[in-house]
Amino acid sequence: MSMMKNFMGWIDDRYPMTKVWNEHLAEYYAPKNFNFWYFMGSLAMLVLVIQILTGVWLAMSYKPDAELAFGSVEYIMRDVDWGWLIRYMHSTGASAFFIVIYLHMFRGLMYGSYRKPRELLWIIGVIIYLAMMATAFFGYLLPWGQMSYWGAQVIVNLFSAVPVIGPDLGVWVRGDYVISDATLNRFYALHFLVPFVLAALVFVHIIALHKVGSNNPDGIEIKKGPKGNRWDDKAPADGIPFHPYYSVKDIAGVAGFLFLFAAAVFFAPEMGGYFIEHPNFEPANPLKTPEHIAPVWYFTPFYAILRAVPSIAGSAFPGVVAMFASILIMFFLPWLDRSPVKSIRYKGMLYKVMLWLFAINFVILGFLGTQPTTDLYTLMAQIGTIYYFAFFLLMPIYSKMDKTKPVPERVTE
Amino acid sequence: MKKLIVAFLLATVPLLGLAAGGGVHLDDADIDLGDQASLQRGAKYFMNYCLSCHSAKFQRYNRMAKDLGLTEDEVIQNLMFTTDKIGNTMDIAMTAEQGTEWFGSPPPDLSVISRARGVDWIYTYLRSFYLDEKLPFGVNNLVFPDVGMPHVLWELQGAQKAVFKLEKKGSRGNDIQVFDHFEPVTQGTVSAEEYDQVARDLTAFLSYVGEPIQMERKRLGVWVLLFIAVFFVMAYLLKKEYWKDVH
Repeated sequence: MSMMKNFMGWIDDRYPMTKVWNEHLAEYYAPKNFNFWYFMGSLAMLVLVIQILTGVWLAMSYKPDAELAFGSVEYIMRDVDWGWLIRYMHSTGASAFFIVIYLHMFRGLMYGSYRKPRELLWIIGVIIYLAMMATAFFGYLLPWGQMSYWGAQVIVNLFSAVPVIGPDLGVWVRGDYVISDATLNRFYALHFLVPFVLAALVFVHIIALHKVGSNNPDGIEIKKGPKGNRWDDKAPADGIPFHPYYSVKDIAGVAGFLFLFAAAVFFAPEMGGYFIEHPNFEPANPLKTPEHIAPVWYFTPFYAILRAVPSIAGSAFPGVVAMFASILIMFFLPWLDRSPVKSIRYKGMLYKVMLWLFAINFVILGFLGTQPTTDLYTLMAQIGTIYYFAFFLLMPIYSKMDKTKPVPERVTE
Repeated sequence: MKKLIVAFLLATVPLLGLAAGGGVHLDDADIDLGDQASLQRGAKYFMNYCLSCHSAKFQRYNRMAKDLGLTEDEVIQNLMFTTDKIGNTMDIAMTAEQGTEWFGSPPPDLSVISRARGVDWIYTYLRSFYLDEKLPFGVNNLVFPDVGMPHVLWELQGAQKAVFKLEKKGSRGNDIQVFDHFEPVTQGTVSAEEYDQVARDLTAFLSYVGEPIQMERKRLGVWVLLFIAVFFVMAYLLKKEYWKDVH
């Protein structure tokens, strides 16, 4: 025991091991009233680790070459020991990552986790989301199936729709006039790189979180409440040490998540064509455009917004602007919400209806993005797009008008 | 606001049932990958009828032998026509250029066709060839209009013609031709029920080839889920124990 103590002392004199452990785990006081939604942060980190590990192992057998890529994925599925499992974990992990992150973001919307003093924490989160989308987009080209190819073609053409510099920009992104071997190679390089940027951003996200402290379902600042708990008389009374309380709780959350994850990996890896699209089992063919091109489900709400905006003078640029605006508008959320309370628990009916409609609207836009356009669907996507932006742009008005309830002094059970 | 609500309601309707989309009605393939005899028959048909124009270039013969309960000798003697090495994949001698010259486009590789098209599509496709003078091989296909492929199983099935009826389904209420039923023209060497089984065996084999691990994957999955379920109970009890003193 004393040898261990001496060893830790030796380390601590040279690296703040014990200090970091205490600050971020054993003596990081989190509110004691976290509910189901607070599992998502730790689960997102778990999925990131799964993606990086399975991704590195896939990279050992994958060939980023237009002639070989499709075959090398089948080689992984058939001839590499446990290759099928690694591949399905990676393809299921991509969708799981977005499911977990969408729930994580919705948690933030419900409990006002973006409000002062957590504006930067939210902004770092949105940057992480952008990095995730970039990674997913680069990665989706790699199997080199029909949907990989034509999906990438559609998305890169968005850049070509920018006035004046567009066509050159498109060529710059592709490295060619069409999606080709050159594009596949650079997307592979970027698909390998960006996840490590993502991991670094997650680190920054957590440092920012631990500076301001976790929010909770009541939206009450436990740091401003009474002091003193069983572990420390200066710590917030409503806080409990992250370790062991939340570390142990998160293990149960991990087990619950892994059950669903394994159910998908082992019994429905294609998830009816949503996790792995059926046309992607046909090798990329630049001469044969599929009759219906749809991005993977996690991009479809934004794809629906893109298609909903009519072209002006034959240019799809307005739709492209709307699509990027729909993501960038999230950055401004901390300053759009003018409600005197943070959590949905104490907000009034007006805000609750707006938020739930926003969630339903997002799912409907997602569905519309998977479908071929019809007059009705286009109209619905246009209404959905207007609502999407109205939710953000009108928030300063309705969040102020909303009749809020009094917030209790201390967190509730 | 009313418009909004109506649009929301309308959006949920297609989620319920119409998602399958248009096109031809596909019959349920009703395959059983646990039935090795069916898979073995499917392999026999595949080697005899398909594997001279279509390849299955990701499928190895010895993997097939192992998974279908055949010995390597049995496969070498009865099922290998394009190579004599049991570790090889199912390649063909025909080149893409020859395929284009003879059929208009090279016959696709069938390794993962069951995953691209779905088993019901393949099952229906194999049973939906009908006589049509307009096409070079004299046959058309209901689920693959203007198909470039001859009906290679015609000896088994016999020739059939498609009977269409007129229905007021056009966009302006005009009459359009709608498929009604097939009518046999010549007798095949097997009965209609037996031919359905041939199509089913072939479909099962192609489903196997599409993902050789799929049966093993599901078998293993049960144990993985059981393990995680037990682990969850342990983790939950541990959490409860630790949280006893949080009030």
